[in-house]
Amino acid sequence: MVPTNYYVILSAILFGLGVFAFIFKRNIITIFMSIELMLNAVNLAFVAFSQALGKLDGQVFVLFVIVVAAAEAAVGLGIIILIARNRQTLNVERVDLLKL
Amino acid sequence: MISSLSTFVAANAEIVITVVKIILLLFIVLTVNAYLTWFERKVVAHMQSRWGPHRVGPHGLLQPLADGVKFLFKEDPTPAGADKFVYYLAPLLALALALTSIALIPFGPDPIRLFGHDIYLGIAPPDINIGILALFAITAMGVYGVALAGWSSNSKYPLLGGLRSSAQMISYELALTMSVVGVLLMAGSFNLKRIIEAQAGPGLFGWHGIFGWNIWPQLLGFFCFFVAAVAETNRVPFDLPEAESELVAGFHTEYASFKFAMFFIAEYTSMITVSCLCSIMFFGGWLSPFPASWTLTHYLPSAILIPFGVWVIFDGMRYETVFGRIILPGVGTAIAGLGTIFVLLPNVNQFIQGPFWLLSKILVFLFVYVWMRGTLPRFRYDQLMAFGWKLLLPLSIVNVIATSFVILARMTWGPK
Amino acid sequence: MTAPIVVFFVLAALAVIGAVSLILQKHPIHSALSLIVVMVALAGLYLLLGAEFVAAVQIIVYGGAIMVLFVFVIMLLNAGVEEHISVSKMAGAPGLLLVVALAGVVAATIAQSSESVQIVPQTGEISSTLGISNMIFREFVYPFELTSFLILVAVLGATVLAQREKS
Repeated sequence: MVPTNYYVILSAILFGLGVFAFIFKRNIITIFMSIELMLNAVNLAFVAFSQALGKLDGQVFVLFVIVVAAAEAAVGLGIIILIARNRQTLNVERVDLLKL
Repeated sequence: MISSLSTFVAANAEIVITVVKIILLLFIVLTVNAYLTWFERKVVAHMQSRWGPHRVGPHGLLQPLADGVKFLFKEDPTPAGADKFVYYLAPLLALALALTSIALIPFGPDPIRLFGHDIYLGIAPPDINIGILALFAITAMGVYGVALAGWSSNSKYPLLGGLRSSAQMISYELALTMSVVGVLLMAGSFNLKRIIEAQAGPGLFGWHGIFGWNIWPQLLGFFCFFVAAVAETNRVPFDLPEAESELVAGFHTEYASFKFAMFFIAEYTSMITVSCLCSIMFFGGWLSPFPASWTLTHYLPSAILIPFGVWVIFDGMRYETVFGRIILPGVGTAIAGLGTIFVLLPNVNQFIQGPFWLLSKILVFLFVYVWMRGTLPRFRYDQLMAFGWKLLLPLSIVNVIATSFVILARMTWGPK
Repeated sequence: MTAPIVVFFVLAALAVIGAVSLILQKHPIHSALSLIVVMVALAGLYLLLGAEFVAAVQIIVYGGAIMVLFVFVIMLLNAGVEEHISVSKMAGAPGLLLVVALAGVVAATIAQSSESVQIVPQTGEISSTLGISNMIFREFVYPFELTSFLILVAVLGATVLAQREKS
């Protein structure tokens, strides 16, 4: 039986790596992927606590988080496609002015 | 050395059994794939009033061997500017996923009792709670093999073919999973074994046997599932992304020799998996079409194997090559001998009933696949997508609603 | 070293390697592939935790749909290797230290409180699928219906966004 702390520590590490990628990467799609990484880290914590407490609420929450992440990814990638079409770049440092 | 090996085996018996089963199943699946290509070429040829391969060995039976040698020795170029890592990863991914899905299928109900351990037919443990869902998870990941292959080839036609093919696979994946929900509602579980056991009871008109199978209440679901599965495996009539006259060869244009062989094996293995799933979910899996009380039908495997084995012996004698004179009669004797063993040993006969019926149903579905290849023209891409989204998905949803209504009605007003 | 702990460390190492590879790769498609590795490793961890339905849904939805969407967008936009704009090295090092400190503080707090979470022994034999479906359709039925609404809104939004301008 793996102690719950191991899972939560792994979740913290993954979340930290997601934050690092979010801040330091320049490609907008990679930044989006780091958001998914952070969501996954939180999912892992939910499921770990669900097993520790013996109730299934955590797993139901994880399902909702996955659904919301899917909806967010769809709309977010649509926006990214539009930005790429308008500005012809995927580098966030070039998309820092409202003026084209 | 031998004693330490035997103690190691005794201590980790489960793992050793699983590894042996994996090696055996891998060997069997690859051989079946090879002879499935032979089967396809022969059947399509005979449908087109020609012979098919008939020079390389009697009835062209050594043709897959020749093809394998060709694949091994052909030059293997890599396109310039291709992303090396993804280019090598894509066929590996496709092959690994296709072979993993075979591991989840149970081939028989009873275990073999060997050295004090129960060995079940099928690699995965027989009671996975999420059997079907795990299979769909593996199918869902199969899109990557196609999409990454098309993109990493650094060429126009593979990119277009890859994008089209992966869009097709994703669209039909929805209809695939929805059409199975009816079966799951009736069986009450994702477990493949329980789905088969739910079809063993009395069915249409209260009769047993073939009338208890899921095909009768779930005809619409079977139609949706089969069509969606054919589209998912990129076979005719949905094979526009890999047709020779359209996009050169689609996503596997720039792949030669062994990597192309990997895609090939992946496609035929997914055909086998789909046939297994159709037989398990809609046609009773390892259940016999005859009711259990007709015990004379237990001799049907022997009744088929013995005449077939004798015919193979005499057919091999017609040829003058080594393969014809020696190997074919040997194979024929083995088949006839197997048939006689089943007659003589009743508990072996009892054990072999399940796998025999499952394998026959799988063969029938493989024949239907090849039959469609020889007969139907292919869909245009926009017709294909319109068919998937506008016809198949609504039909499968209607199937789910209708099945739920019937089950609810039975629960409320039916016999208590 | 019992078998579950070995499996846990293997899967955890795979997940962390995937996440680090996401950061270190230059081409977005390689980052996407690393993220897929993380997803699959997490699905393995969910299986280890006994959450088989969530593991299957993770692979089907995250690994088989969301990441496919990412891969499609990378292919369509022909995203290339990241440009090498000079980043001030002075900002990078403290940033890395701060992130490590963030993760370290969280991890240390959790490791210290090892006694507060009591693992409840599993008594029932209800499979997680049955339990989850009971909860979704009884206690969580309103959020469930609202998520279907949310997905509809997302589908409409994505369709509208991806249309070409009628000029």
